Amino acid sequence: MNKLLEVRDLEVSFSTYVGEVKAVRGVSLELDKGETLAIVGESGSGKSVTSKSLMRLLPSPMARIKNGEILFEGRDVAKLSEKEMQDIRGAEISMIFQDPMTSLNPTMTVGKQIDEVILKHQKVSKAEAAKRSVELLALVGIPQPETRYKQYPHQMSGGMRQRVVIAMALACNPKILIADEPTTALDVTIQAQILDLMRDLQEKTGTAIILITHDLGVVANMASRVAVMYAGKIVEVGTVDEIFYQPKHPYTMGLLASMPKLHMQEEQLMAIPGTPPDLLDPPKGCGFASRCPYALEICLSYQPEHMRCSDTHQAACWLLDERAPKMDDTVGWRERSLT
Amino acid sequence: MKRYIGMRLVYLLITLFVITTATFFLMKQLPGTPFDEEKLNRLPVEERQLLYASYGLDQPVYVQYVRYLANVVQGDFGTSFTYKNMPVKDIIANRIGPSALIGLQAVVLGLSIGLILGIIAAYRHNSAWDYFTMFIAVLGVSVPNFVLAALLQYYVGLKWGLLPVAFWDSYENSILPSVALSVGVVAIIARFARNEMLEVLQQDYITTAKAKGLTNMAVVMRHAVRNSLIPVVTILGPIVVNLLTGSLVIENIFGVPGIGSLFVDSIKMNDYSTIMGITIFYSAFYVFIMLIVDMLYSVIDPRIRLASGGE
Repeated sequence: MNKLLEVRDLEVSFSTYVGEVKAVRGVSLELDKGETLAIVGESGSGKSVTSKSLMRLLPSPMARIKNGEILFEGRDVAKLSEKEMQDIRGAEISMIFQDPMTSLNPTMTVGKQIDEVILKHQKVSKAEAAKRSVELLALVGIPQPETRYKQYPHQMSGGMRQRVVIAMALACNPKILIADEPTTALDVTIQAQILDLMRDLQEKTGTAIILITHDLGVVANMASRVAVMYAGKIVEVGTVDEIFYQPKHPYTMGLLASMPKLHMQEEQLMAIPGTPPDLLDPPKGCGFASRCPYALEICLSYQPEHMRCSDTHQAACWLLDERAPKMDDTVGWRERSLT
Repeated sequence: MKRYIGMRLVYLLITLFVITTATFFLMKQLPGTPFDEEKLNRLPVEERQLLYASYGLDQPVYVQYVRYLANVVQGDFGTSFTYKNMPVKDIIANRIGPSALIGLQAVVLGLSIGLILGIIAAYRHNSAWDYFTMFIAVLGVSVPNFVLAALLQYYVGLKWGLLPVAFWDSYENSILPSVALSVGVVAIIARFARNEMLEVLQQDYITTAKAKGLTNMAVVMRHAVRNSLIPVVTILGPIVVNLLTGSLVIENIFGVPGIGSLFVDSIKMNDYSTIMGITIFYSAFYVFIMLIVDMLYSVIDPRIRLASGGE
């Protein structure tokens, strides 16, 4: 019971005009104090929806948590009242968004925007909040914080705005920081700075980070554990080393194989052929079966359970079943990439 | 900022000059004279010439134009042809009060109700309240305000006897015309505010604000309203001018002695100096309000402050 966050069988659906889109289909994950968990997957795999549902920030009434529990320090977030949820947002769990150019209010000074979080969650005067905001700006490495405090977002660069967003997220020392593709919209040089900053701040504050990304480079840099998502499910979860060096799920292998490498001889980049399944009508069996070079007959009709590979490593794939034929780790993908 | 306002004032003068010129020559194309044709025909030719000459109407149009312009520059807008020897300036000054009062009340009423309706409609998107607001908005735009005026007069004025039906004796007289005028404003503003709010509520910074743990109320009031006001301010300019300078029909129905009715009368009577006076007054007011609106932008939206060189 010492897990900070425990998600069990989370199911999230969006009702649309054409029907119900099952964006998240039974996700379970855990987060310890102070650790960094990366959730990777391609667009539409449900990683952002999962993270937003942890804070209950999904657009209602279109999106709905249909099933499952989100236990934050033992309390089920999914069942809290809106008022109780507001006390958690920004104070206990906070979030950094993808695009710093649009995630700050253009008509409010950045200082006021940081003050707001502090005033909401801490019993301090406006002057104290302002003082704390300036300190936060300095903490996230913004020069001349007093001047910047009075400026509007449009007077700052993208990297600087993302620093402001981070300052805002950390203002109340949250226990969990959800970073939803925090560097995707930034220049490569700025990306590295922002990641460094996040790592530094994590060391100082001991905040646990859930890092949502599709950039495996970022994962290798930041995370201690990785969860790989595909078609609304977690297909594999393990430590960074396990995922990068002993991937068990063919999708994870495909992801790793499609990363360009410096020593690569071939000119063509490897891609996973096909497209993810339509979540309006999700497949009966494994979501990846139709694209999987190793797919067995059973994969098409039955969902694989999570199978333990080690204490920290699990993957949901029929190939790991003891009755399955043994596969040669790499052949399948290499054959694909050459055709 | 000073430089910007200075520039705007120069443009304002140029605009006024163009409008004055165009109106003057168009007006001279109107058939007839300011005088009663029948009585005029009974006058001997010499006396008729004298009459024309005393008003300067015997001169070619361009001479009249230059003279008029020279007078206007000196602040003299001439005297009315219909109201004997009354300076146009005084006539407008006498009539502006009632028009401004009902106009101002209609703007305040229309703007506040419209904004409230629109904001709540957007916030409760696709709810009964939303549909109700949009129903009001469509009704307000499509039902002419004189129909509503007649209904108000009949029910509120006559049947229930709550407020005077017409004329201009006390403050109560201004209420019904203001209400009748404001309905159109409510409709336009509500629709605009709703659409803008819906747009703004989709923005990332609204999610950021929610992620801070702010209450829904705080998110809407502090983050959404101000950002959705920017386009609303744009349409506010023309609305304010229209209302403050009087609605012809409404003033007529309620017997309000305002500028609208004066304008119509002056055109019917070929009262040249009054037509010109009111036109210049209208346009000056319009251009001035537009300037205010543009300055309001920079108050609401800090990004515009920079663009105009304020920083």
